[in-house]
Amino acid sequence: MTNTPLTPGVVPQRLPAPAYAANFGDKEPPLTVHEARVAADRCYFCHDAPCITACPTSIDIPLFIRQIATGTPEAAARTIWDQNILGGMCARVCPTETLCEEACVREAAEGKPVEIGRLQRHATDTLMAQGVHPFTRAAPTGKRVAVVGAGPAGLAAAHRLALHGHDVVLFDARPKAGGLNEYGIATYKAPGDFAQAEIDWLLQIGGISVETGRALGPDLSLDTLRRDFDAVFLGIGLAGVNALAAPGEDKGGVRDAVDFIADLRQAADKSALPVGRDVVVIGGGMTAVDAAVQSKLLGAETVTIVYRRGQDKMSASGYEQDHAAQRGVRIVTNAAPVQVLGNGSVTGVEFAYTQEGPDGLALSAETFTLRADQVFKAIGQTLDGTPQGLALLGRKIAVTGPGRTSLAGVWAGGDCAAGGEDLTVTAVAEGRDAAEDIHATLTAGAA
Amino acid sequence: MADLSSTFVGIKSPNPFWLASAPPTDKEYNVRRAFEAGWGGVVWKTLGSEGPPIVNVNGPRYGAIWGADRRLLGLNNIELITDRPLEVNLREIKQVKRDWPDRAMVISLMVPCDEESWKDILARIEDTEADGVELNFGCPHGMAERGMGSAVGQVPEYIEMVTRWVKQYSRMPCIVKLTPNVTSILPPATAAHRGGADAVSLINTVKSITNVDLDNFSPFPMIDGKGSHGGYCGPAVKPIALNMVAEIARNPETRGLPISGIGGVTTWRDAAEFMALGAGNVQVCTAAMTYGFKIVQEMISGLSQYLDEKEMGLDDLIGRAVPNFVEWQDLNLNYVTKARIDPDACIKCGRCFAACEDTSHQAIAMKPGRVFEVIDAECVACNLCVNVCPVENCITMVELPQGAVDPRTGRPVTDYANWTTHPNNPATRAAE
Repeated sequence: MTNTPLTPGVVPQRLPAPAYAANFGDKEPPLTVHEARVAADRCYFCHDAPCITACPTSIDIPLFIRQIATGTPEAAARTIWDQNILGGMCARVCPTETLCEEACVREAAEGKPVEIGRLQRHATDTLMAQGVHPFTRAAPTGKRVAVVGAGPAGLAAAHRLALHGHDVVLFDARPKAGGLNEYGIATYKAPGDFAQAEIDWLLQIGGISVETGRALGPDLSLDTLRRDFDAVFLGIGLAGVNALAAPGEDKGGVRDAVDFIADLRQAADKSALPVGRDVVVIGGGMTAVDAAVQSKLLGAETVTIVYRRGQDKMSASGYEQDHAAQRGVRIVTNAAPVQVLGNGSVTGVEFAYTQEGPDGLALSAETFTLRADQVFKAIGQTLDGTPQGLALLGRKIAVTGPGRTSLAGVWAGGDCAAGGEDLTVTAVAEGRDAAEDIHATLTAGAA
Repeated sequence: MADLSSTFVGIKSPNPFWLASAPPTDKEYNVRRAFEAGWGGVVWKTLGSEGPPIVNVNGPRYGAIWGADRRLLGLNNIELITDRPLEVNLREIKQVKRDWPDRAMVISLMVPCDEESWKDILARIEDTEADGVELNFGCPHGMAERGMGSAVGQVPEYIEMVTRWVKQYSRMPCIVKLTPNVTSILPPATAAHRGGADAVSLINTVKSITNVDLDNFSPFPMIDGKGSHGGYCGPAVKPIALNMVAEIARNPETRGLPISGIGGVTTWRDAAEFMALGAGNVQVCTAAMTYGFKIVQEMISGLSQYLDEKEMGLDDLIGRAVPNFVEWQDLNLNYVTKARIDPDACIKCGRCFAACEDTSHQAIAMKPGRVFEVIDAECVACNLCVNVCPVENCITMVELPQGAVDPRTGRPVTDYANWTTHPNNPATRAAE
């Protein structure tokens, strides 16, 4: 080891080799069979359970937990996947503390909800480990559907469409399928190449062909897709990244947090990834937390998240914020960047404190500077490369009902579509529901 | 600290907690550990006749059922009486009693149902200086096939006959241990009383199969692919035991007959309940087998605290609930209560709603925001909502005062009246 957390600049190998395996292994180990039984026993099997209501995919949580409690995690997995085919990934990445587990009555009763996420992982891991894909494809319908974007929304749509007997071609711009599951999630949340394992398992349904390296554009136009397929589903995510709008953001060492996170996920050897001694992350969402925590795990000496509004406005959950703090990340709120300092490469960021006023956020005269040799921008993603002719709502594709766009025969879901939170689980729900609507539309005449 | 010292059929012990005749009392080593932990007495595991020792199976002897987190709720066993030589047991009993003179030492006995066998065994134990004998007429497995245990306990005439022999050939206090595997506990208890028993102890274990191995299709505990019924005990049998104890305590023919209460006693509270329903002391087995002997310390401290809080002596507790154990027909039909859900305590699980809506009287309304409210006009006060609610005291039963109108019946609450005078009672009408 040549470097330490104190080595100046953006360098790799700040930590001893064994630290990387520990830092980027499973953040929360899987439950053992006994632990799962104990955790499952805590479920009260509520009537019209609040956890189901809180789940964007409406998984029958009390039922699957009871199935675990009675020694049939395989049946539990089937219950989960009936509603959410990416239940394995959602078990790992869902902010359960703001969804099902926040709604759990035991959270109200004793501040300790049933561990729904970990139980869901226990069930889905059990059946996946057996290599079982408990769904059988319906007889082929002869209908062909193009799904653009192999992220959570596209994967969920593709599976549901294939299940109903339609032939699906799943396009994705990146070299690998998975979208944010593959490129956008903190490494320690889904280690062991889980995203690809889950996709391989999902594709066992049959009837789905995957074409990677195919982005919407001149070579893959929406018009062509509409002509060649019976229906099109767009799950293209948010490929654009918001700019800081502060002078100096083009300096060396300033980059988008999503790229850093993607590099981390794709790197086989985490120790080879360079990271700054002093890292500043600008933003207040999960991307900011994931970039900040992983900077720390790579060996940065100081990592600071700076968010322009108050802590209560941060879209990263309290649980995520605590996790960051526990890892040694400092969170500064009510401050916005005014300029990136440095001569060629970044050396620091000057911030001004902000005040919420009737006309929105205003910068105060008081400023401070944070030393930085690496800066990550995590202030949100935007829709990018939207085909012409699609009506937008705000900065996203406008949809009505289960993902119908303004164009006939074109559906959209996931982060690129208006409505719903930008969460994996929400994308899965939207992809699934659009697929059901496509299926109903394609088979309407046959009934 | 309340004085817990107990005298049961003349046998003194520092507290009313005895270990029942069972594996924990099979040998000196265990019994010494029990006394060191604080147990007031033991009933030594059942001795049989002199001769070749009993043999046991060499596979599982116990089966169990569990609650949440594998908490043991019920245990069954197919172990027989002691499988150690009679002389060894007698020597150990004598030695332990000599070293622990303040603790109760009772010997459980089970020999063939003939006068000579009983006369012989009683003579053999005379020298141990034990405080009393307990006649094992209870074990429902194994020994019953050989005409002993519950095979005797199910025939009141045999109980009476053997009890007479024991009283004839022994100076010791005689406790008759009864089996619950009967349609009524009163004939066996009465027979013991007639035979001169100084006390009865109950219940012994309940005939049971705890579970079935669904791969091998055998009852459990499974011995080489086969299972035999066992004797069931532990917290799960407590309600059965409480009822049988109380029936004997209130029965005119057996009233005043000392009772040693057995059956799922796990905490001081269980012990207090048995004593309130007429038991002079209690015997414990499963709780000790589950948690070890140390539990007696909680029983001692808990019962002492309770008696202090109630300003009662131990003798004041014994039988205190018996007068309130009545027949159904004596219950006040003009006592009206309604369930009340405390909205502040409610965690909104909705189990009360599901239970009432699906299986009872549709007397709980589910309002927006998961607010649950009792509909008085439908509530029959069955208590199911209370029983399924995970939050203690969230749902309570509130008594309607005299004169208040029950919205369900439209009738005001009036004075005590029971079924015997109710207009719908055919017997009442026949008498008119």
